Amino acid sequence: MAMSLGFHIIFAALGVGMPLLMAIAEGLFLRTKNPVYLELCRRWAKGTAILFAVGAVSGTVLSFELGLLWPKFMADAGAIIGMPFSLEGFAFFTEAIFLGVFLYGWNRVPPLVHWFSGAMVAVSGMASAVFVVTANAWMNAPAGFQFAGGQFWDIDPMAAMLNRASFHEVPHMVLAAIIATSFMVAAVHAFFRLREPESAFHRAALGIALAVAGVSLPLQFISGDASARAAATLQPAKLAAMEAHFRTETQAPLLIGGVPDEQTMTTRDALSIPAGLSFLVAHDTKAKVAGLEEFPRNQWPNVRIVHWSFDIMVGSAMAMLAVLAWIAVLRMKNRRPLDNRSALRALVAAGPLGFVALESGWVVTEVGRQPWIIYGVMRTEEAVTPMHGLIVPFTVFSIVYIFLGIIVTFLLRQQFLEPHA
Amino acid sequence: MLELIVAIFILFSLIIYALLGGADFGGGMWNLLAFGPRARQQRDAIAEAIAPIWEANHVWLILIIVLLFTGFPPAFAAMMTALNIPMTAMLLGIVLRGSMFIFRQYDVKEGAVRRRWNTIFGVASFLTPFSQGLTLGALTTGQIRVEQGRILTGFFAGWLTPFSMACGVFALGLFAFLAATYLTLDTREKPELQNDFRLRALWSGLALAPIAWVVFETSKEGAPYMYHGLTRWWEPVLLVWTSVCAITALAALWWRRFGVARVAAIGQVTLILVGWSLAQYPNLITPDVTVHNAAAPERTLRLLVMALGFGALLLLPSLAYLFHLFKSQESR
Repeated sequence: MAMSLGFHIIFAALGVGMPLLMAIAEGLFLRTKNPVYLELCRRWAKGTAILFAVGAVSGTVLSFELGLLWPKFMADAGAIIGMPFSLEGFAFFTEAIFLGVFLYGWNRVPPLVHWFSGAMVAVSGMASAVFVVTANAWMNAPAGFQFAGGQFWDIDPMAAMLNRASFHEVPHMVLAAIIATSFMVAAVHAFFRLREPESAFHRAALGIALAVAGVSLPLQFISGDASARAAATLQPAKLAAMEAHFRTETQAPLLIGGVPDEQTMTTRDALSIPAGLSFLVAHDTKAKVAGLEEFPRNQWPNVRIVHWSFDIMVGSAMAMLAVLAWIAVLRMKNRRPLDNRSALRALVAAGPLGFVALESGWVVTEVGRQPWIIYGVMRTEEAVTPMHGLIVPFTVFSIVYIFLGIIVTFLLRQQFLEPHA
Repeated sequence: MLELIVAIFILFSLIIYALLGGADFGGGMWNLLAFGPRARQQRDAIAEAIAPIWEANHVWLILIIVLLFTGFPPAFAAMMTALNIPMTAMLLGIVLRGSMFIFRQYDVKEGAVRRRWNTIFGVASFLTPFSQGLTLGALTTGQIRVEQGRILTGFFAGWLTPFSMACGVFALGLFAFLAATYLTLDTREKPELQNDFRLRALWSGLALAPIAWVVFETSKEGAPYMYHGLTRWWEPVLLVWTSVCAITALAALWWRRFGVARVAAIGQVTLILVGWSLAQYPNLITPDVTVHNAAAPERTLRLLVMALGFGALLLLPSLAYLFHLFKSQESR
């Protein structure tokens, strides 16, 4: 399941980000009548078609796997969090319909209707992400029910959807998807611009991708700050694991990197910023931050994985910000960053960082919630299927996904190598 | 009452999925079985007919699943546990089919690699509906026993029976018939190709009769509750209408009234699924899990019904627009 999700999340993120870029490109074409934008939109649309199909089937696998792997979880939680999934079903439906119109309707519908269907794909893609993430947020901050005697009572799906973790998780994820996509797209076009510096096509593409990234990345830092502070109140054990923070203390230092040791409850070789954690969590250097020692050992997540993933996520985000800032500076000095070969190389190198951040952030939230599947209510091992030999489907699907990943990469490459205007 | 509305919506989605998604599977089967001098044109016609709509058609299945786990969570959990193996096979089929189809569409180069996508696409188009028929059959056998949410009969009950296998084969035949019938309309501008699909529709339509008979015969032993349900007074009425539709479809194909054939084939599939669900009612997993004892709390159901209403308002016009664009030749 984790593997399916890790695979699906890439395609889902591209499914949120690509239609946005596509719709912007077509919108620019409609305004400027510059054919480069139209060509760009068509090219992106082809890539989106491939990615969307793979995202759709891997998403189907997930909806079944919820039951195939976690029947107990679904039996109890289905009534509570089925709602966002149903709404997601509708959003996905809208997305599929309008994608059909968009991809195959170039010559069949008027330009504005065509652009509108592209925009619908982008909007419903985002709506899908919103709904699915509320369900995940509910697992972190369960709401909308009473739990007594091993049973769920007094179920209120609306309250469950509007749980307290949704408000920070949803924007964080949507922004992450947009950032990851735009950096990946920017990297691809930067790569080709290095080869053919004259091409207006790649220049236009970079312009759109960087503009989108430039708006969304700074917002992501605000959202990340909100997320960390929410985690401190909602899931202090997760926050403590993220920061490898074992002892409760005031003026808590911020630890970066290092090797957390769960036995001695210390973190070796970390870069330590005095009172940094207190400041981040409470915006007050004197604040007291609860450490892992407050929680029984059997309620700790795996500290090393969570801490390292968290650092990787933040590190990737910082690196992306640095690249963007550099390009912004070049631009302000009128030094034409899109003709600067080092800047283009930096963009190519930064391409995968968005996805690195996305995947590691997802590891933080999922592994950080362990050992719970529903935080504080149901432990993961209670929810797993009684089915034996799960290694067989796991292996089969792993092979299939690796295979699909290779073919998708291959096909996308082919799309890009086709001669263009 | 609310649970019945949700159940009816699930049945409705199932019928639409069979009519649209099922036909896409059938297209994949004919793609694999394409032969003769026009094999290549047949494949192209199939791909062209499916391409703009298959993703939207596929979503009906996702809708069925989410409605099932929101509206009837314990039933969903039990089905996924007891039928873990055929469901996994079906998923594998879905993943391979969808991705191979898109690969064959977007692979720029012709040749051996593309033919390989095509073959996997075709094989997966057989695997998936067979597993789906098998699964639906297994739910009605009465051999999967559930007590307080726990499966008593393990992971092999129900779906390895002759009855379930017959249901799987029936699903294959039905979808192949449906696809060939639709394709006669999609190829109306190419009479030779149209005739190819006409003959395929006739043969697969005729083959359905003996398969249906096997399903009925095996249900005596294999699905006694179902058999009992099938012999209630209103079933013969439905059965007669199903047969009327089937015969009309075949006759219309014979006399090349393809529009009539399509309507009759749609009627046939709809009646089969309605008849099946009426015979099954109120069971979801015969005999222990029913629409009533597996329903989610009322508040969830009420919200779900509201969401369904709003969703339908948004969805049905968009869907109608999609099909109008790509399926009504009259408009251009």
